[in-house]
Amino acid sequence: MLQSKLRSLTPKNDVISFLILAAILLVALPLLFDIFRLNLIGKYLTFAFVALGLVLSWGLGGILSLGQGIFFGIGGYAMAMFLKLEASSPENTKIQSTPGIPDFMDWNQLTELPWFWEPFHSLGFTIFAIFALPALFAYIIGAAMFKRRVGGVYFAIITQAIAAIMTILVIGQQGYTGGVNGITDLRTLLGWDIRTDSAKYILYFVNSILLLATLVVAQYIRKSKLGRLLVAMRDSEDRVRFSGYDVANFKIFIFCVAGVFSALGGAMFTLQVGFMSPSLIGIVPSIEMVIFAAVGGNLSIFGAVYGALIVNWAKTILSESYPELWLFAMGGLFIAVVLAFPKGLAGIYESYVQPLLNKKFKSTQDK
Amino acid sequence: MYQQKDFVLTIEGLTVSFDGFKAVNDVSLYIEEQEIRVIVGPNGAGKTTVLDLICGRTKATEGSIKFKGKELTKLKEHEIVHAGVGRKFQNPSIYEDLTVFENLELSFPRGKKVWGALTFSRDQEVIDKVNEIASMIFLEDKLDSQAALLSHGQKQWLEIGMLLIQDPELLMLDEPVAGMSVSERKQTAELLQKITKDRSILVIEHDMHFVEEIADKVTVLHQGQVLSEGSMEKVQNDPKVIEVYLGH
Repeated sequence: MLQSKLRSLTPKNDVISFLILAAILLVALPLLFDIFRLNLIGKYLTFAFVALGLVLSWGLGGILSLGQGIFFGIGGYAMAMFLKLEASSPENTKIQSTPGIPDFMDWNQLTELPWFWEPFHSLGFTIFAIFALPALFAYIIGAAMFKRRVGGVYFAIITQAIAAIMTILVIGQQGYTGGVNGITDLRTLLGWDIRTDSAKYILYFVNSILLLATLVVAQYIRKSKLGRLLVAMRDSEDRVRFSGYDVANFKIFIFCVAGVFSALGGAMFTLQVGFMSPSLIGIVPSIEMVIFAAVGGNLSIFGAVYGALIVNWAKTILSESYPELWLFAMGGLFIAVVLAFPKGLAGIYESYVQPLLNKKFKSTQDK
Repeated sequence: MYQQKDFVLTIEGLTVSFDGFKAVNDVSLYIEEQEIRVIVGPNGAGKTTVLDLICGRTKATEGSIKFKGKELTKLKEHEIVHAGVGRKFQNPSIYEDLTVFENLELSFPRGKKVWGALTFSRDQEVIDKVNEIASMIFLEDKLDSQAALLSHGQKQWLEIGMLLIQDPELLMLDEPVAGMSVSERKQTAELLQKITKDRSILVIEHDMHFVEEIADKVTVLHQGQVLSEGSMEKVQNDPKVIEVYLGH
């Protein structure tokens, strides 16, 4: 029984895809690139968490959120607050007029730590917050919208508006959030210096393993009855409702899952890149995240990872040589995906590469 | 004489108005156990709206809908389903991207909450039930094909099957034979006769031959009101009905 359940959870193709991805992330990339590039790849992969969440909510469930940066930001800022507090020990900040608080607070004439910063002295609380805060926030947004049957374009627009509000709030409350610069100059995690090359290696592997674990969770959800229900809701929401399901609850659930995935990515971003800023949570980054998922194929969890990797890679290459071209390239890419290959890279793989492989393997088996 | 409790569904004084327009106006209906009731009427008579009201898709302005003594007008859609009311839509609504098996499985009455759906396992009970229903709706050899590939008539059957697997005590079908071939119609009529053994059925249908074949009783709606009610024969000879259908 258990075995048959396992088998249905892990079709052969998916297992192979998973192993290939694991080999690429854990073996090939670290061997091929120096730590500077590998650290960049680690950064790209943090966006794969977001894309993965979008595959579940948008691809499977048809819920397009244009505000996933919100959750990326919640995770990223939670981690950044913890690291910043550790970096702001009284010894490190003794030249400030109020030692012991983050530097940007001192610059903004704050004389004590705001109450909501206090719990972030604890790593345990911070990790809890990285899971709980995005889930709670997604629950509130989801409950407010889905219970009222707001969906589709309206949902997308509202999430985008929330992302804009969040950015304005973060930028405006400079004394509490670091403003437009974000939270910078992060140094150690429980005394362990995260800026060294060895730490960057370790964080890269932690990030990759976490991403692979997230993939397993996504695969479980996708293959469960809940996954099929999401597809069913996309096809015919009323039919699901009149089959005895409270549709809103399922939408809220998957939106929360997508939010938590994004927050995990955000936290790993902060750890690997060493800062968190509003430029990662607003409308533009949120739309970029949708493009990662779209390029990868919004139905494919593996596609999400490749999409995030490839688009970010292209972004880096292009902005290194022609910085002004990137936004045009991005727009062009999105149009191309929508018009020419709506199922993204995964669709191209399925319709061209896989049949070829199947043919090859069949013919070798026949011999 | 029937006592109140003999009725599965009791609708009294049901009215719904959309911006002052009364789509359904003071309708009362009483449906017995194991009865097949057909609602007929010209376009815009409010037939589909009556079904929408029963299943909670539209909220009533006035009146009551009691199902086995339980007031439905205050329940949410999924609660009405759990109370035992199933409804088929006018256009076949099935999940095109899923297989026939998966379509039926999703209606199986287990794992209807988020957690239940996450931990749902396809055990022998589910497989047996799906197979049983599939053979009833003539789709036993189509279980693994994608629902989008079914013919129009087969989609209609699939949706009926999705309702049957919920085992509702009241089954509401909105034009179940629309777009079906003659032989498919015949099969559908047999299917309805077969499944009515355990439940009551409320059908909206235009096809008079089909109505004649299946109906125990017919209710004629016209401009949101009940025009006539009774056996097919009685309704057909009612001068008011003749006037609405043939007059003007």
